[in-house]
Amino acid sequence: MTIKIFMDIISVWLIPIIIISVLAFGLIKKVPVYEVFIDGAKDGLKVTVEIIPYLLAIMVAVGMLRASGAIEILQSILGGILNRFDIPVDILPVMIVRSLSGSAVLGLFSDIASQHDVESYTTKLAAIMVGSSETTFYILAVYFGAVGIKKLRHALLTGILSDCVGIIAAIVVARWLFL
Amino acid sequence: MNYIWFFIILVSIISAAVTGRMENLINAVLNSAQKAIEVAIYLAGIMAFWLGIMRIAEKSKLVNLISKFLSPAAKFLFPSVPKDSPVIGDIAMNFTANAIGVSNAATPMGIQALRGLQELNKNKKSASNDMCMLVGMNTAAFQLVPATVIAVLAANGAKNPTEIVFPTLIVTSVSFLSAIVIAKILEKIMPPQTIEQSTENGGKK
Repeated sequence: MTIKIFMDIISVWLIPIIIISVLAFGLIKKVPVYEVFIDGAKDGLKVTVEIIPYLLAIMVAVGMLRASGAIEILQSILGGILNRFDIPVDILPVMIVRSLSGSAVLGLFSDIASQHDVESYTTKLAAIMVGSSETTFYILAVYFGAVGIKKLRHALLTGILSDCVGIIAAIVVARWLFL
Repeated sequence: MNYIWFFIILVSIISAAVTGRMENLINAVLNSAQKAIEVAIYLAGIMAFWLGIMRIAEKSKLVNLISKFLSPAAKFLFPSVPKDSPVIGDIAMNFTANAIGVSNAATPMGIQALRGLQELNKNKKSASNDMCMLVGMNTAAFQLVPATVIAVLAANGAKNPTEIVFPTLIVTSVSFLSAIVIAKILEKIMPPQTIEQSTENGGKK
């Protein structure tokens, strides 16, 4: 609990501290902070515009996948195998969506937490999986889109494989602590 | 990316045909396209703000100062980056923002760091090993406290929602470290980066 309070304080204070120290350090070093800020912000807007097509491509594909019922089909196929590892079927959409969309996986998690008992194994496993997730495909598209890289080389496989490691680790840890 | 993108769309259309949800699919296309622009507008403000702040840190050489502290670790992870380069500072700020969970600041900082690596990159169309490492580490972002998950648990009446902090920390550490190891292994076994000019062995250290 004390760790949590500590973390809360850090997350509230970190941003104002970063902003004020950057500005103060800049002024000490005689940097025209206002003009330089405007300059960087202009650049930030340009980068965002460049990202839009990449964002669009990935979000439309993910939206289609979620609406198509593909995940439900996979759920009915893989149900038996998941059962053998004591993985509740409702976790499967979380496993897939966590790498695709942050808002969608939070929605899924809210559903699980309200439909199952909050203290249940399913909810806890889902919590760990969602809490440790990062939207791999969004990051790949946006980051590389922003700098104009076309060939992702092994970045894609690194992202996918480390997500798989994360999923397995979540299952192992949840079994160890909560089952 | 070409194949993955095509594959996701193909699977979606086939599944929609099987489940009879073609109409949902069409709606999803329109909605997601609209949502992408909404996300971009949301991102624009944050991106402009943080790149503005980062530019001050850069001009005042504050980033170089941070870089100096972290250059030993950076040398292993990002061998193409020269010692004391401000890029290391950008990378450090990117990971700090991720760890603390201010991911809306982490994205602009990550992109800033990636642009630094792109300047050192020999083939502007193809990701260098260091770029793959940076993005790979970001896709497995290390996070200290999953604040939104705790909030959802608390909202649903969990007795002790913070009990998932520790297990989540283990899992995110494991996947973060695995991303580093996997990126290092893959850069050895996958074909090296092709360089447009006739120099060979460019992407390697």
